[in-house]
Amino acid sequence: MDLHVVAPLPSPAERAAVDALLDPVLGPATTWSGGARAIGADGRAARGGHAARARRDLLLPALHALMDRVGWISPPGLGYVARRLTVPPAEAYGVATFYALFSTTERPAAVIHACDDIACRDAGGETLCADLERRLGPAGHPAPGAPATWLRSPCLGRCELAPAALVTVAGEQPRAVELAPADAANVRAAVEGNPTRSAPLAASLPQLGTPGRRITGRIGVVDPASLADYRAHGGYRALARVLAIGPEQTIAEVTASGLVGRGGAAFPTGRKWAAVAAQPARPRYVVCNADESEPGTFKDRVVMEGDPFALVEAMTIEGIAVGAETGYLYLRGEYPLAEARLRHAIAEAESAGLLGPAILGTEHAFRIELRRGAGAYICGEETALLGSIEGRRGEPRNKPPFPVEVGLFGKPTAINNVETLVNLPLILADDGAAEAYAQIGTPGSRGPKLFCLSGAVARPGVYEVDFGVTLGELLALAGGVPEGRSLRTILLGGAAGVFVGPDALGMPLTLEGARAAGATLGSGVVMAFDEQADLAGTLRRIAAFFRDESCGQCVPCRVGTVRQEELLARLERTVAAGGMPDAGQLGLLRELGQAMRDASICGLGQTASSAIESALRIPGLVAG
Amino acid sequence: MSGQEHGGHTRGFELFHIFQELPARSSEIPVAPEPDPTEPVALTVDDRPVEVAPGETILDACRALGVETPTLCHAPNLTPVNACRVCVVEVEGQRTLAPACSRRAEAGMVVRTETERVRTARKVVLELLGSSVDLSLAGRHQPDGGLAGWMERYDADPARFGPAAAPAEAGERDARPTGHHHVPDGSAAETVAQPVKVDNDLYVRDYSKCILCYKCVEACGTDAQFTFAIAVAGRGFDARISTEWDVPLPTSACVYCGNCIGVCPTGALMFRSEHEMRAAGTWDESAQTVTETICPYCGVGCTLELHVQEDQVVKVLSPSDSSVTGGHLCIKGRFGSSFVNEKPGR
Ligand SMILES: Cc1cc2nc3c(=O)[nH]c(=O)nc-3n(C[C@H](O)[C@H](O)[C@H](O)COP(=O)(O)O)c2cc1C
Ligand code: SF4
Ligand code: SF4
Ligand code: SF4
Ligand code: FES
Ligand code: FES
Repeated sequence: MDLHVVAPLPSPAERAAVDALLDPVLGPATTWSGGARAIGADGRAARGGHAARARRDLLLPALHALMDRVGWISPPGLGYVARRLTVPPAEAYGVATFYALFSTTERPAAVIHACDDIACRDAGGETLCADLERRLGPAGHPAPGAPATWLRSPCLGRCELAPAALVTVAGEQPRAVELAPADAANVRAAVEGNPTRSAPLAASLPQLGTPGRRITGRIGVVDPASLADYRAHGGYRALARVLAIGPEQTIAEVTASGLVGRGGAAFPTGRKWAAVAAQPARPRYVVCNADESEPGTFKDRVVMEGDPFALVEAMTIEGIAVGAETGYLYLRGEYPLAEARLRHAIAEAESAGLLGPAILGTEHAFRIELRRGAGAYICGEETALLGSIEGRRGEPRNKPPFPVEVGLFGKPTAINNVETLVNLPLILADDGAAEAYAQIGTPGSRGPKLFCLSGAVARPGVYEVDFGVTLGELLALAGGVPEGRSLRTILLGGAAGVFVGPDALGMPLTLEGARAAGATLGSGVVMAFDEQADLAGTLRRIAAFFRDESCGQCVPCRVGTVRQEELLARLERTVAAGGMPDAGQLGLLRELGQAMRDASICGLGQTASSAIESALRIPGLVAG
Repeated sequence: MSGQEHGGHTRGFELFHIFQELPARSSEIPVAPEPDPTEPVALTVDDRPVEVAPGETILDACRALGVETPTLCHAPNLTPVNACRVCVVEVEGQRTLAPACSRRAEAGMVVRTETERVRTARKVVLELLGSSVDLSLAGRHQPDGGLAGWMERYDADPARFGPAAAPAEAGERDARPTGHHHVPDGSAAETVAQPVKVDNDLYVRDYSKCILCYKCVEACGTDAQFTFAIAVAGRGFDARISTEWDVPLPTSACVYCGNCIGVCPTGALMFRSEHEMRAAGTWDESAQTVTETICPYCGVGCTLELHVQEDQVVKVLSPSDSSVTGGHLCIKGRFGSSFVNEKPGR
């Protein structure tokens, strides 16, 4: 490949940031890659080495390095990364402009991402945005020389403490602070580098201190930074047993447990693993999907922050079971606290021989690479996620072939959600544990399940229950709708889910129960809305979310999500003016929804109309 | 809950039964039938039996039966990206529709191309394209009359989505921040309309006509040229074909092979000669002759199709089924003939 890069040289800071990441892997920059001497005036560099070309997966980390150091991706900075990795600049630009956390225009070092999504907007998010606008000017348009700018953000995964904000400050010592609840004072403190107080864990995990929880039991009890503490609470027993019983028996037990994926598709985990283990191709990979970006979802975050070693152990088990020596943990970019704790846990496990070339002295090798997402809901879709790790745009791929056959770098890959994985120690720690696990829940939905309660409930947070409790029971667990207010509707499964009315409170929270009710459990979102909620605005926000998050690859979703938002705006105007919704417009919305559901490539487009249509279907919900 | 309409108005949203079945997120794992590499694959399309060679697609089966299937992003000489979705068909037993152009035919498949779901999907996809992109030159090389014909066949009416919004200013679409957009008021339908990019003597880029089919990117990249001068940038509706930082072509890696022009199905990429003649109203395909010849510049022997109007070579293509070129040329074959035009006394 003949690489053509025309840009002035990167600044010393940019070069140092990129070199610090790449030099340990690729060796120091050479002349051709922009190292010691400048590129010729025509911008043409010699061909890159195979080593660099084979490491395109470092593109996303390299772009993060630039963002963290100088706060934006400049033409010389991007050009330098492109040269060092032998990625055509047009493609590197295509990747850089795919992610919402990246900026290809210069902006202040401090950026405030204020959540205005469905849980936050009514809970003070819009007030915070208005305040930021007063102080810092319109979103994304900082005054010249301003120390900070602000942007609206989709759900930040802290809905239980709405409104949420994320503050990032680039520099030699980059900072990222999650704030929930966020207000003018703690946002300012975070920007200025002053300490901010975080809410107590019980505010995210209201069941803290109550017994009988199986997958959240260690959270708040163990020190998330201490491997010894994790082991003292039963940690790594399952891994030891898996090493003793071997991969085949492990997969058989996971299959027998009845565990199905918690990421939304409910695919049997044992079958997925067996399919990967049966592939002749090598190497194989394990990927943990920790991109949690479905609006209203925050369970994976609470697990990763509170019990990071459990995920490290679970990924190791999965690697041994399917015969993979490398696992990628793809973590959403807006979770800096979870990132710090997971990186620490991985390092601790490495130094204790629980990760590395010989796990616990056996012939099994396994290592984990943590990769940070950069603000793209679509990268939670499994094939888009693979593309993102590979250093490409996060565009879903056509299935078949499925990742179990052709996955990461074209190799067989097992992809699982965080919650799915942390069930494994429970299933594998003891002889007979899988059978016991299969007794939890209902015959169609086995095991414990995490739900994310937010909105109009007295005690929002993550709740662990067994599959089979009813929606009403779960709401009661969270204290029900606050005193003096009444329940209007519940959003199940997130923006890609459905609204149900109070008549659905008797619905058992199982896969089969949801299916029978024409609903979905999705990622476990249960967001309650009371009579004061602005539902029309909520639907508009959902439509805007999908319009922003569509990857843009296929027509039904790329253009359909735009038309859906426009149609909702039109309906809202009609209703606001006291008019009747026009039947033609409603019919068009329905037809559009059908085409998006039927003809879109991936689940994003296929479900982008789901919540909106379900709300319009509930009598009197949106239009009186 | 049943739908009930009163002369164009309803008593509220609730009267509409909006949808029946909830889609689950797709993560099924297929039980891949072991394909026998020699046996033909037997399936039915619209209840008619047909056999295709292993590895061939549903589209191949449709064409073998003469079942007309619209396609936009598919090209025989490029890797399918199946992004336009205008070719979708119903495959019995599958939750969503399948892109005929890229889904492999399997033994026993039951394919339908005329069901309500297929018709609605194709119609809406055509309307979405028609309401956002200038399709005036799209699909004009299709045997079945191209886009206008399909619009009629599927009863597509892009105007249903409202009047077109004002075009974007030059460069505005290229500078949009990812993941943010202006909240629409519903009064107009957003489009990709923008000024034509004219930054070199050989060809122009009119992205108002771009359906984002990825063909030019593939032709510039791994499917032919390996130059990688252009790629998709941005996300969602703001995704666009772009050089790095939207630099003009002469600053980019482009070597003017024109292979992107050859594959563009919508006329977004066009010889500058054609662009200027169209603007001047002098472009007249009925007055053009097409002469097949061999490129004189080197020994490879590429087939050229010279389109000549009034003694002037107005564009140069190469047949996509040519065994030498696969439809792709280099700058000399593509644009070298314009020197013929300039020779005095020719
Ligand atoms: C648009 C979209 C977003 C998704 N986001 C996530 C996510 O954030 N986390 C996740 O685990 N799965 C997500 N999924 C589902 C994944 O594609 C995949 O099914 C899942 O990671 C498989 O793991 P599991 O079997 O353990 O559930 C998403 C799917 C779609 C279509
Ligand atoms: S459905 Fe949407 S997100 Fe999925 S591939 Fe198509 S455009 Fe991309
Ligand atoms: S003319 Fe050739 S090199 Fe230039 S953009 Fe088109 S395909 Fe790429
Ligand atoms: S410019 Fe033409 S070939 Fe390229 S994506 Fe647009 S329509 Fe397709
Ligand atoms: S954090 Fe704001 S909606 Fe989830
Ligand atoms: S022609 Fe099949 S998806 Fe475009």
